[in-house]
Amino acid sequence: MKHTFSVLVENRAGVLSRIAGLFARRAFNIESLAVGVTEDPAFSRVTIVAEGSDYTVEQVEKQLNKLIDVIKVRTINPAELISRELVLIKVNAGQTERSDIMNIAEIMDAKILDISRATMTLELADTSERIDLFTELLRPFAIREIARTGTVALQKGTDTISVKK
Amino acid sequence: MITGAQAMVKCLESEGVSVVFGYPGAAICPFYDSLTASAIRHILVRQEQNGGHSANGYARIAGKPGVCIATSGPGATNLITALATAYMDSIPVVAITGQVATDVLGRDVFQEADITGAAEPFTKHSYLVKDVNEIPRIFKEAFYIAATGRPGPVLIDVPVDIQRRELTKVFEYPRQVHIIGYKPSIKGHNLQIKKVADALFAAQKPLICVGGGAFAAGGGEMVRKLSEEYGIPAISTMMGIGVFPTNHPLYMGMLGMHGARHANQIVRQADLLMIIGARVGDRAVSSPDVISPSTTIVHIDIDPAEIGKNIGTAIPLVGDCRTVIQQLMDHCDSHTRPGDFSEWVRYTQGLRDEYKPDLEPREYGINPKSFLRRLSEKMPDNAVYVADVGQNQIWSANHINIRKGRFLTSGGMGTMGYSIPAAVGAKLADPSREVIAGCGDGSFQMQMMELATICQDKVGVKIIVFRNRKLGMVKEIQKKSYGCRYIATSLEGDPDFTVLASAYGIPSERVEIQGETGGAIERLLAAEGPYLLECVVDPEESSI
Repeated sequence: MKHTFSVLVENRAGVLSRIAGLFARRAFNIESLAVGVTEDPAFSRVTIVAEGSDYTVEQVEKQLNKLIDVIKVRTINPAELISRELVLIKVNAGQTERSDIMNIAEIMDAKILDISRATMTLELADTSERIDLFTELLRPFAIREIARTGTVALQKGTDTISVKK
Repeated sequence: MITGAQAMVKCLESEGVSVVFGYPGAAICPFYDSLTASAIRHILVRQEQNGGHSANGYARIAGKPGVCIATSGPGATNLITALATAYMDSIPVVAITGQVATDVLGRDVFQEADITGAAEPFTKHSYLVKDVNEIPRIFKEAFYIAATGRPGPVLIDVPVDIQRRELTKVFEYPRQVHIIGYKPSIKGHNLQIKKVADALFAAQKPLICVGGGAFAAGGGEMVRKLSEEYGIPAISTMMGIGVFPTNHPLYMGMLGMHGARHANQIVRQADLLMIIGARVGDRAVSSPDVISPSTTIVHIDIDPAEIGKNIGTAIPLVGDCRTVIQQLMDHCDSHTRPGDFSEWVRYTQGLRDEYKPDLEPREYGINPKSFLRRLSEKMPDNAVYVADVGQNQIWSANHINIRKGRFLTSGGMGTMGYSIPAAVGAKLADPSREVIAGCGDGSFQMQMMELATICQDKVGVKIIVFRNRKLGMVKEIQKKSYGCRYIATSLEGDPDFTVLASAYGIPSERVEIQGETGGAIERLLAAEGPYLLECVVDPEESSI
């Protein structure tokens, strides 16, 4: 099963390598990892999507908590999860394909960022599943290049995962 | 203003460090230069790994972090095995390494190694100092992190230009630390305490299994009190040897793959197993069926990540074992005291007393098991015995009699070459105690350069080398599991160890027959300074 971990860490050099190293060392598989600074520049939030059993989830949480730089770890309950990924796709688009691609873009709520004589570059920010679908829809047009971020996530409602002051 | 190097020395002084173990090099020279003005004693080891082991032995006897120092590059990488050894056994060690200058960092210059990166899996935490003014805070945090919670090694990597640079703020050693992400739980959760008390009340055949965590918490006495007060028998892991005196009426020996048969039998029959400060490693509990599925397992540990990692736990209890046991006993005394376990105790004692060790003399060489029993009878009550790794470790773990002393060994990592440098550290932590290192001829040759350290600093450790001209434990594996196809386990090139000792001016002798061991042990223990005793052992002697 897929799990989304939200990890609040000190914004310091080496933190990311410690987290990535821990996953590799303990044989936990990372599906995606995204990191960025939080509302307080002293801290960063790392969002990790990983596959694993309940045992793995418990161990990931506990082992992450042992890292001194890690302030808080939370596995986000799927029902509470708001998540987004961003994808940029450059696809072959001659005159004949353009309107079909624009159609797909409109249905999926994607943006057209760039257009050339032979290609179009599209942007979509959505859930991981919708991005998979979007990619599949564009595949028949011959995709030239994809750049995809990891998932970022927050919980629904007023609850936050932040540093207690 | 003072320099970074001076600040480093002042930090060590502020921590009350009186002895450090190290090996200098270009990138750590400013620090060594500042050390000349300090009363801190520096022990020059003969290889950095041994400096790490000495700091480990020191920490275990002194009850505070041991300090080791190395230069950048190979000096630092040589430390890694010692860091890993301390990490696996949760020993507080602070390692200080020199690093190349910050303006060339990352350019693969001479003697550059990314040591914070390389040591990451083997350290509790590490620092690469980039601002000289951060030195006081970093040292304070490093000592705090190493010694508190589940102890472990912490590395501080200091570039040479940072050591030379002057602080721009007045040096002030912090009194407190503020680490948001590090707050070890000391006190046990009251609800969990109640659950454990209820389980103990319901139990008929409870058993304590104590590990090295009891020493880390300074909780050995509390564990004994729990056992004695309610009459609960106890076993230990290898790291927990010595929490109970070997001859304690309630102590049933070491469990595990190389443990006592009766200890393993008792584990299987207990209805409540209280694991205290042990991580239930594969050497202690090789497979889940060692413990009956109907046994209720209570796991007391300061590291929540250990609970449920290797063994399913019915009642987890996170906290410092000394505090937690006190809470548990207070709860039991004010609510329901556990029942009477005397019948179970008698049964376990019966199993234990049935065991008759094989102490017969051998046709060739000495019987190491009877030798170790004899040695420990003669040792002072508070002696420290340091076992190396290999067959000698198993012989020692099962036959050394600990009274008020300590049994030190590399339990988790199984690092050969641990005993002599660790013994040096232990002896310097408490020169009033007798410290004896026991090793095989294989492990001796991984650390024999430390004879020079012993001579230079007049460290009176006693060394016993069990010589069978074989890597005995690997040979045993080849015998049992690889059809006696022996390879790479013969040590025919060994020197005469007694002659080697005399080359260093260390008195020594060899004992080859059982009848002569008594006199040899007497001379070993009577020696004022260091002494080396070579014991000839039959290569066919088994571990158990």
